[in-house]
Amino acid sequence: MFLLPVSFSINADYFFLQFTIPIDNGDSVKNAEADSQRTLYPYVTGTSIVAIKYKDGVLMASDMGGSYGSTLRYKNIERMKAIGKHSLLGASGEISDFQEILRYLDELVLNDNMWDDGNSLGPKEVHNYLTRVMYNRRNKFNPLWNTLVLGGVKNGESYLGMVSMIGVSFEDNHVATGFGNHLARPILRDEWHADLSFEDGVKLLEKCMRVLLYRDRSAINKLQIAKITEEGVTVSQPYSLKTFWEFKAFNNPTAGAEGSW
Amino acid sequence: MFRNQYDTDVTTWSPTGRLFQVEYAMEAVKQGSAAIGLRSRSHVVLASVNKAQSELSSHQRKIFKVDDHIGVAIAGLTADGRVLSRYMRSESINHSFTYESPLPVGRLVVRLADKAQQVCTQRSWKRPYGVGLLVGGLDESGAHLYYNCPSGNYFEYQAFAIGSRSQAAKTYLERRFESFNESSREDLIKDAILAIRETLQGETLKSSLCTVSVLGVDEPFHFLDQESIQKVIDTFEKVPEEEEDGGEAEAEAAAAPTEQGGAGDQDVAPMEM
Repeated sequence: MFLLPVSFSINADYFFLQFTIPIDNGDSVKNAEADSQRTLYPYVTGTSIVAIKYKDGVLMASDMGGSYGSTLRYKNIERMKAIGKHSLLGASGEISDFQEILRYLDELVLNDNMWDDGNSLGPKEVHNYLTRVMYNRRNKFNPLWNTLVLGGVKNGESYLGMVSMIGVSFEDNHVATGFGNHLARPILRDEWHADLSFEDGVKLLEKCMRVLLYRDRSAINKLQIAKITEEGVTVSQPYSLKTFWEFKAFNNPTAGAEGSW
Repeated sequence: MFRNQYDTDVTTWSPTGRLFQVEYAMEAVKQGSAAIGLRSRSHVVLASVNKAQSELSSHQRKIFKVDDHIGVAIAGLTADGRVLSRYMRSESINHSFTYESPLPVGRLVVRLADKAQQVCTQRSWKRPYGVGLLVGGLDESGAHLYYNCPSGNYFEYQAFAIGSRSQAAKTYLERRFESFNESSREDLIKDAILAIRETLQGETLKSSLCTVSVLGVDEPFHFLDQESIQKVIDTFEKVPEEEEDGGEAEAEAAAAPTEQGGAGDQDVAPMEM
């Protein structure tokens, strides 16, 4: 960043000054080259994730789209993955950063398994580990550009939590990321209740996903629903929701204003 | 064990395949005053004998809280023991910070054995820690009691005793251990105090002579106060003469062939307790 003062022609003693304001921490640095090493903007992004606790565990829904800016470029991206025996991770935001996180967690789970001692990482532990990772990256001004949803069941207890790219983390009965925060959570606040059956849970999620499909331009009509219970994780096959476009106003949209679109 | 030409360095093997320095370190454990641990399915009790340098001084602390769910009792060089307790506390708190959940005891014990103890048996510029640790704790798979040796070995126990005159306590525990898994918390504490009594060899058992700590499911690690200990002692010390005599006779018979290390506490080097 340069601040260039006008050089005074009146007094030749003033020289051409340049100011660079360094951000003083070890990693995010003082020259332009190093800047390209840290994440400044996301490139390929996933849109919302919606998740709820239900009777037997946690249900999570996401679509399979990866947007490249405003282009819906990739249509087969799985944004929810099982972690260990007890957890399920869903991510919105930069897809490559999600893949990096999966690599970290892979190592974590591997080391946990190598102990081979009857103890295993539960969803709470994974959630807190991720919170630490995200917050530390944020402190170095090099964030992982994701909002993560972590759900799981261990010893009969369901767990659902969220971590944002700046390290904000919390647990709740229902969470959503991105547009889901604005469009899905109001529905969940009204209609979620404890001990939903599996069918009711899926219906509720589909209701949220349908609203997102209509209103979020980066959503596509190809979604997966994942379920995690004491027995383990299952991610459904991709399917699409039925939509309705036969509103009278859509049939002849220029009826009131010929020539417009 | 006598002095020989292979015992100067911890990194020198003897021709018979022994590391004498490590074995000498284990002798240091036997010099310290007794520490005892026992566990049931849901609780672990750690107890130790209070030894004071002189009548004027206070006694040394031999039991430390590592975390709400882990405690450690030491015997041998207490200074070494404090350093290792600090290491254990550090590991435990780092795990809690990253994962928001308690470090499983089994994993702590392995780290202690590998990173702290074994390393010191394989570097020429180090010496083994001269302290044995009884680590008691709770994790997902239940209550556990481990013994960490200066050699870097560790073993899991239902009950164990270390330090001087621990053989008497071990004999007592060997008779009773089969019932410990199902013991109630109160019985477990009573057994720990009785085992301590065995190591005192005739000295009257008073609550000021011992420190007892408990941890269990829904019960974070904490020390029992003098009153509670005295109450437990009163339940068996006030019993008629025959039982007390019988107990003492047994203790003497068992103590006779013990390690000569416990013989004169006045002979114990000042750094060892």
